[in-house]
Amino acid sequence: MREIMFVQAINEALREELKRDEKVFIMGEDIHTGVFGQTRGLFEEFGGERVRNTPLAELSFTGVGIGAAMGGMRPIVEYMFSDLVLLALDQLANQAGKLRYIFGEQINFPVTFRTMNIGGGAAGQHSDSAVSYLMHSMGLKIIMPSTPYDAKGLLKSAIRDDNPVVYFDEAKLMMRKGEVPEEDYTIPIGKGDIKREGKDVTVVAVGFAELLAESAAEKLAKENISVEIVDPRTIVPLDEEIILNSVKKTGRLVVCIDEQPVSSFTSEVAAIVADKGFEFLKAPIKRVARENVPVPHSAIMENYVVLNEDKVIKAIRDVL
Amino acid sequence: MLSNDDLKWMYRMMLLMRESEEKAIMLSKKGELPTLLSGSGEEAIPVGICASLHPDDYFQPHHRGMSDGLAKGLDPKLLFAECYGKPAGICKGKGGNMHIADFQHGNIGIYAILGAGLPISTGVALAQKMQKTNRVIVAMIGDGGSSEGTFHESLNMAAIWKLPIVYVVQNNQYAMTTSVSDAISVKDISDRAKSYGIPGATIDGTDVLAVYETVYEAVERARRGDGPSLVECKTMRWYGHHSGAGDDEQMGWRYRPEGEAEKARENDPITKLEKYLLDKQILTEKEAEDIKQSVKKEIEDAVTFAKSCPDPKPEDALKGLFTE
Ligand SMILES: Cc1ncc(C[n+]2csc(CCOP(=O)(O)OP(=O)(O)O)c2C)c(N)n1
Ligand SMILES: [Mg+2]
Repeated sequence: MREIMFVQAINEALREELKRDEKVFIMGEDIHTGVFGQTRGLFEEFGGERVRNTPLAELSFTGVGIGAAMGGMRPIVEYMFSDLVLLALDQLANQAGKLRYIFGEQINFPVTFRTMNIGGGAAGQHSDSAVSYLMHSMGLKIIMPSTPYDAKGLLKSAIRDDNPVVYFDEAKLMMRKGEVPEEDYTIPIGKGDIKREGKDVTVVAVGFAELLAESAAEKLAKENISVEIVDPRTIVPLDEEIILNSVKKTGRLVVCIDEQPVSSFTSEVAAIVADKGFEFLKAPIKRVARENVPVPHSAIMENYVVLNEDKVIKAIRDVL
Repeated sequence: MLSNDDLKWMYRMMLLMRESEEKAIMLSKKGELPTLLSGSGEEAIPVGICASLHPDDYFQPHHRGMSDGLAKGLDPKLLFAECYGKPAGICKGKGGNMHIADFQHGNIGIYAILGAGLPISTGVALAQKMQKTNRVIVAMIGDGGSSEGTFHESLNMAAIWKLPIVYVVQNNQYAMTTSVSDAISVKDISDRAKSYGIPGATIDGTDVLAVYETVYEAVERARRGDGPSLVECKTMRWYGHHSGAGDDEQMGWRYRPEGEAEKARENDPITKLEKYLLDKQILTEKEAEDIKQSVKKEIEDAVTFAKSCPDPKPEDALKGLFTE
């Protein structure tokens, strides 16, 4: 099968969905030039109506996306990077997530929100992940893929879903290559994937953390440590079954994501396993996340704060 | 042009809304309904707006006056069933009086986060333009809500994209207990239209015909593809911020000059239209009396219906967040 990069997989999914359904359109800041390459070429192909440049107004262009979904379209709303999602929190958490429920199911919201976790010297306001902020709110599906194959299939599912979906890219995955079929396919939202089979320890990892888990597992295999990597791919709804089944097999759990640790994806997975899989556990659960400070500019300090392979390896050794 | 039937519809609709609001206050005082934000005295604005819209146009009501939706076709039975938290209510008892929406009639709902409805309405307008439906939306906001950032962001986007939307500010001089003079830098909120290069007008919000004429012109301009407008309707609250149980007096909030609220009643939009219709012999005293009786009965029936509907099961609370 052909191999393409993550960023190309995203670009293909967007292009194919814009072609497939004329109700689909995409909007965001500087979307016509495709700042990080995900939307490159789309403006030229589909024009400014459907690849719509917005002014700097994250809160309200989020509302415009919600309203456009209400009014019969299938919008994709892009935020340049994750930290900007916080400007739109009212529209995401109070509106998109709640309105179907509040209005007694009179209406659906087929809207996809997309952003990217960046970083790399960008410091405290350009390095966050908004995953856990939104995980805490209700009524939003949340996706964070780790491979080009998952990225394309899940993005198509997100766009076709009749619920609001938030889809996270990670800058550190953009050049990751992988096999992606030429023909149309989708991946169901809410289904995890075993990225590597193993028997000694379960590592639950999403997004960039999955890539780190793979390299960590590779190194530990040389010491005869057998790591099973479970990638939930979707954060809401979470595939609890695939996680619990794996922990049942290995008896050990490490949970990884590249974001701050408190009240987060890692705490939630740990709590679920403590609650529903306590009897499988042979060791305490370990969470691997960032240090609980804003990401600093200095590369030396940034590498210390964010997730890295050493942290993953150390956590795995700790539970063995 | 408005026909005599249209004028009578306006008259009856304002009475119907007034009756709903007053009945709800009474029920709130009896402990059957929660505290309300009464729209009494401000009916001319939603009624003038809805008279200027086509049945398939969209409307985003103001948060004050739970009964604004009646003017866009909502059945009072479904309104009161909602207030009583019944599954038969328009929002299945999940939204209540602060979230009345009626999508079948193009009413996209009351937004209890003030200002949040403006970008959503703007998005509805964008969808109409992209699908070339020829539909328009009117979105309402209070004087207080007009200071939210979404007001600026939405008007700017609607203006650059020439969207089929009309923003109507219901300026009743207060946001809760804060006077407009303490919160707004301009005398007329419609002056802000200049910053977006769109038309702005300030009118008497107790004159339903003026509301109709101004909003109609703005709606048709939007329908032609010439973009958004801003209309400010100056009006007065008859009650405090809250009415019914826990009203401003009970809360001990003192912020209004003595006699101001009473003075507002001299400008009753219903009395004004009634006088006009009688003077022009569009309506007789007898007809006016019949309409008042039929409105009373319609709301009485709606309340009886609402109370007789079955209650929800507690676990119904878990349904409806996502669609399959
Ligand atoms: C964003 C937001 N801030 C504060 C409130 C609390 N609140 C409810 S009504 C109100 C005053 C609103 O004033 P205005 O927009 O003028 O409408 P009015 O009630 O006067 O009709 C306030 C502050 C809210 N619901 N939403
Ligand atoms: Mg006000």
